[in-house]
Amino acid sequence: MVMYEKTAEHFGQKFKDLPEGHLLVNLGPSHPATHGILQNVIQIDGERVVDTESVIGYVHRCFEKLGERYDYNQFLVCTDRMNYVSTPLNNIGWILTVEKMMQIQVPDRVTYVRMIISELSRIMDHIICNGIMGVDLGAFSGLLHLFHHRENIYQILEKLTGARLTTTFCRVGGMERDIYPEFQSEIKIILKGLKPALDEFEELLIRNKIFNERTKGIGGISAERAIAYGFSGPNLRAAGVPWDVRKDDPYMFYDQVNFDIPVGEDGSALDRTLVRMEEMRQSMRIIEQLIDGIPEGPYHADVPHAFLPPKDRVYNNMEELIYHFKIIMHGVKVPPGEYYHATEAANGELGFYVVSEGEKSPWRVHVRRPCFWYYQAFPEMVKGGLLADTIATMSSLNVIAGELDC
Amino acid sequence: MNETITQFLNSRFPDSLLPQRDINTNLLFFSIRKEKLPDVVLALKEELGFHFLNDLTSVDWLGKREPRFEVLYLLRSPKHGHFRVQLRVPVGEGESVPSLSNIFPAANWPEREVFDLMGIPFSGHPRMERLIMPDNFVGHPLRKDYPLEGPGQDYLIEDLLTIHVKEDITE
Repeated sequence: MVMYEKTAEHFGQKFKDLPEGHLLVNLGPSHPATHGILQNVIQIDGERVVDTESVIGYVHRCFEKLGERYDYNQFLVCTDRMNYVSTPLNNIGWILTVEKMMQIQVPDRVTYVRMIISELSRIMDHIICNGIMGVDLGAFSGLLHLFHHRENIYQILEKLTGARLTTTFCRVGGMERDIYPEFQSEIKIILKGLKPALDEFEELLIRNKIFNERTKGIGGISAERAIAYGFSGPNLRAAGVPWDVRKDDPYMFYDQVNFDIPVGEDGSALDRTLVRMEEMRQSMRIIEQLIDGIPEGPYHADVPHAFLPPKDRVYNNMEELIYHFKIIMHGVKVPPGEYYHATEAANGELGFYVVSEGEKSPWRVHVRRPCFWYYQAFPEMVKGGLLADTIATMSSLNVIAGELDC
Repeated sequence: MNETITQFLNSRFPDSLLPQRDINTNLLFFSIRKEKLPDVVLALKEELGFHFLNDLTSVDWLGKREPRFEVLYLLRSPKHGHFRVQLRVPVGEGESVPSLSNIFPAANWPEREVFDLMGIPFSGHPRMERLIMPDNFVGHPLRKDYPLEGPGQDYLIEDLLTIHVKEDITE
């Protein structure tokens, strides 16, 4: 077995006519500023970036192939590992796709809780993105300031699902378990603390002169180029295009809650940060509209062929025992067909394309992950800038290696 | 919207459309001859406002359908309420598909990914290389006939287990 790694020498072919004084710099594969294991080979002239070459694939785990081996509930575990900063968003995207294919209508209670968890995850993700961006540019206190609030959200997830990072939150037809009694009051307390913290973070970091000058007008991308590169989510909105899957192609109850879509001007690193700041506030607004109105009722739909029946019915009822056995041994039964379902994950449009042939496992699973489409525009965005600006650009794009490689 | 696009494609590209099989799907889809793909996509982009390449992927129908592969393009039109339309391009073993990277810069990496993992080359692509797997990797892992234990192993995991069990017993 020969270990294979791409080095700057490997790109000698591409950069073979290196002019006098130009240097090749390896950024990554494993560098604190690359947000995962990915590599950039950067050709510099003094401090100016002349050309870059991005190498991905260091964390590729063949999730799409795994999807063809696992059954529909088992693949949920894989979705945890995609965007590991906001796992419930991936879980919910996958489960909604399967439920649409099986035409299962879940109770309102489930949808409410899923929406609340989605928005909490979005806040979590944006805290990491903006906070780590400060760290990459040399400001550590901003992240520390907000990390406490992120920790609070993790504690909610831990109480709700039993895990912090790999939540595996939903099941086809419902949730893993019902919410705990203090769920609403605890989230209200978190939101109360988060509001002033966001304002303080903005004063601390974004109005900071150094941060401002290092991000303003850096790594910009125009609206046309962003659309041409398939951008979505906060990075596209920062370029001035008000697209949001939650508004344009509503799923769950997003067409019934009020929220605004923040839009930037020139798509620079500062704009992307500001859009994410505002999105956190809008997420809080959505949660506030939902938190008091969680309807009473069961935490799963009445679909014994898809959702594990309650234990007392399994032990006393032959039908339910058979359903229990069938789900455990053969998985849920999805009718043949092909389905694309898009959700707005923290990074942009997360789409699952599933081809079912009516068997235990899907015939083909494809994930349209938002990071993959951003990162191919990276060379264009940093060309002509300073070497230090590549760090600001990459941090503000929120490249997450687990999602990029999948 | 469905009728508009169907009429548009039927009147403009009657000889590019292939007969479609019935699929249970939530998308409007058209099967297209692979030679005509750039023309159809360009017309959809320029005249109907499908500016956004939403997704690009491929399916291996080994043992189910002929030709073996299908490359799927998902286009989105912001002008028409973010309507999505899917173009399906059947491809046989060893055939190549015209690249869309000069129409959509976004198609660059997804096409390389399809080439890398499924082994469908795209003609006219500026840099048709592996993207995710290492360059010295053998085979295309998303194909249905790819050996799951990796190349070069002629035994199954189950065989390996039984070998070890037998060794334990004889010792």
